[in-house]
Amino acid sequence: MLSYYSGLAFSSFRRNPGVTALMVLAIALGIAVCIMTLTVYHAMSGNPIWWKNDRLYTVTMDNWDPNRGYRPNTKGPPVEMTYKDTQFLMRSAIPERKVVMYATNGVISAGAVPAGNVNTRVTSADFFAMFEVPFLYGHGWSAAADDPAQPLIVLSREENQKLFGGVDSTGRSVHWNDHEFRVAGVLDDWFPRPRYFDLNGGSFGTPEDVYIPFGWGPQLELLNNEETDCWGSEKLDTFRDFMGSECVWLQMWVELPDAASRERMQSLLDGYWAAQRKSGRFQRPRDNRLTNVGDWLRFNKVVDTDNRVLVGLAFAFLVVCVINTVGLLLAKFLSAATVTGVRRALGASRRQVFLQHLVEVGLLAALGALLGLALAALGLAAVHHMYAAAHNFSRGGYQELMHFDWVGVLWALVLACVATLAAGLYPAWRIGRLPPAVYLKSQ
Amino acid sequence: MLKMQDISKVYRTDLIETYALRSFSLEVSSGEFVAVTGPSGSGKTTFLNVAGLLEDFDSGSYLLDGTDVRSLSDDARSRLRNRRIGFIFQSFNLIPDLNVRDNVDVPLRYRRFAGAERRERIDSALELVGLGSRARHMPSQLSGGQQQRVAIARAIAGDPAFLLADEPTGNLDSLMARQVMDLLEQINDMGTTILLVTHDAELARRAQRNVHLIDGQISDFRAYEPRPAAAAGSTAGAPLG
Repeated sequence: MLSYYSGLAFSSFRRNPGVTALMVLAIALGIAVCIMTLTVYHAMSGNPIWWKNDRLYTVTMDNWDPNRGYRPNTKGPPVEMTYKDTQFLMRSAIPERKVVMYATNGVISAGAVPAGNVNTRVTSADFFAMFEVPFLYGHGWSAAADDPAQPLIVLSREENQKLFGGVDSTGRSVHWNDHEFRVAGVLDDWFPRPRYFDLNGGSFGTPEDVYIPFGWGPQLELLNNEETDCWGSEKLDTFRDFMGSECVWLQMWVELPDAASRERMQSLLDGYWAAQRKSGRFQRPRDNRLTNVGDWLRFNKVVDTDNRVLVGLAFAFLVVCVINTVGLLLAKFLSAATVTGVRRALGASRRQVFLQHLVEVGLLAALGALLGLALAALGLAAVHHMYAAAHNFSRGGYQELMHFDWVGVLWALVLACVATLAAGLYPAWRIGRLPPAVYLKSQ
Repeated sequence: MLKMQDISKVYRTDLIETYALRSFSLEVSSGEFVAVTGPSGSGKTTFLNVAGLLEDFDSGSYLLDGTDVRSLSDDARSRLRNRRIGFIFQSFNLIPDLNVRDNVDVPLRYRRFAGAERRERIDSALELVGLGSRARHMPSQLSGGQQQRVAIARAIAGDPAFLLADEPTGNLDSLMARQVMDLLEQINDMGTTILLVTHDAELARRAQRNVHLIDGQISDFRAYEPRPAAAAGSTAGAPLG
C-alpha cells in the first residue's frame, strides 16, 4: 500500500501545485535557515581539535593580586602564565609534549622581495606536533633548537607564496628582523576556528605568518604584541625584569596521554604552587588548572550568547514554517474531504486514510528537506563570500562555512522531518475522523 | 441477510433532537431488490448510511450476514463494507484525478487483491457496464450516464453481496436513467441484493419490494410482482452502452 499511497500523494501534489510548492518552500526555508545557523555556529564554536580533548590541556595558575581577582566578574586564574613559572614547568618530563609561546611582530625579507611586516609566533618545538599543524614542505625544529635558539624559521603557506612564489623553500635563507634564518618548513593551509591555542589574538583570527624557536624571545628581547597583564608595583626596566616579574603573557599547553599523567601533572603544579607560596608568592587560594580545549573555549566565552540566541531563533523560525505548513495541510486535506468520504465508503478504514495522508506529509517533508539542503548550500556560499570579502581573505579562512556541519545537518533534517510529520499528524488524523456520510451527501 | 431491529438514529443539537430513524425494523433477504421511498427528510439516506456502515445508530440492533455490526471496530466495519457492500451515489462520486480504471481499482486496493486479480476484475466490471474501451478516460471526459456506469463498475468489481444505491438516476436524463436501472436489474439478476433509495415511484415499481418511509418510520410495505425471468435474462451478460 505504501507505493499506492505515494502515487496518491504525487497525484495530490499535481492537483494542487501552488499549495504544494508553498508548503515545500516553507519547510525548505525553515531547514535552510537552521542548517546555515548551525553551520555558522559550529564554525564559530566547534572544538577544532576535538579528538585530543582528553589529551591537550592549557596550564594556568593564580599568581594574581591577593586583594583582587584577575577578572572582577569571573572567577578563575589569569589566562596566561609568567615566564618564570613556565620555565619551571617546561623542565618537567611528565607531559608527552609541552609548549610555551607568545606572539610578536617582525619584518621579513628574502632575496629581492621587499621587506614586510609579519605576525610571528615565538614558540617551543612541540607546537607543530602537539596541534597537528600540517606541513607542505619540510618540518618544524627539534627541542634542541629552542635553547640555545637556532636560526630556523617555519613559514605559512601564504608567506611562502609571497617570498618564494610557493615553491619548496626549505633550506633557503630569509631575513627576519635583520637576522638570517633558514627555512625549516612551510605549513599547508591551517585555519583552526576558533584559534584555541591563543585566544588573545582574536578568537577567530588567522594563525601567524611565521614561527621561530622560543629561545629567540629572551635573546632578542622580543615583546609580546598581544595581551600582557601585570599587577603590583614591580621594577620593569629591562626585559630581564619583565621575565622575572609576575606579569602574565605566555600561553602554555601540555599533552598528557592518560589520566595518570594528568594527575601527576596536577600534583606537580600543586607542589610547585605550595613551594612558591612558602617563599611569598601565590597568596590567593590555590587555583592551578589543567583545562582541556572544550572547557577552555567555554571558560573564555568564545561563543557569543548572541550566537546561541540566533540558533534558538533559527529553530523557532523552523517551528513557524512547520506551523504554517500544518495550516496549509489542514486546508488542503479538508478541501478534499469528499474524496476521502468516497474512499471511506469504498472500504478505507480511518487508519488507512490516516496513513495515506501521513505518507503525503512525509513526502512533503522529504522534498522540503532536499530543497532546504540546496538553499542552505547557496546561503552558506553567500555567507562565506561575505566573510571573505569583509576580512579580505585571498585564500583560506572560514572554510568551515563552505562545508555543512553534517552532524548538525542530520539533526536539522531529522528534526524537520519529525517536526513536519508530527505536525502532519493532526491534519491526517482529523481527515480520518471526518464522518464520510456528511461529505458524500454534501457533494 | 440484513436485519435491522428497532433502529433509532437521532441528530442532536443544543436545542432539539431530530429522529432520522425511529424504531426502524427491516429484513432484507439475499438476492432481493428493495426500493426505499419517501419524501425529502423522511430518513431514506440515513437508513442507507446506517445500512452501509457509514453512520452509527443510537439504539436497536443491526445484523449483517449474522454479524452484529455495533460491536465492530472501525477496521472491522471498513473491512466488512469493503467486502460485502457496494455504493452508488446520486452524484457519482468518482475521484476526479483518477482515470476510469483507477477509480474502479480503489475498493480492490483496500481489499489487497494482487495486481493480476485487480486487472481481471476491473476489466470484467468495465465490460459489464459497457465501458471497456473508456478505461483510460478521466471522469470529466465522460457523460453523466457513463460516469454513473463507472460508479456501478466500481461498486460491483469486488463482488459485494449488497449494492446500496442512493438516488442513482437523480442526475440523469430519462434515457440514461432507464439504462442505469436496466443495469441494476441485471446485477440483481446475477444474485446481488440491491437497496435502492429513490423518491421516484416509477423507478421504485421496478423493485421487488417497496418500503415507504415517513419521519423515519416505515409507513408502508408493498411487494410487486417479480420481474419475468425472460426480461431479466434479456439483458444479463450483455454490455449496455
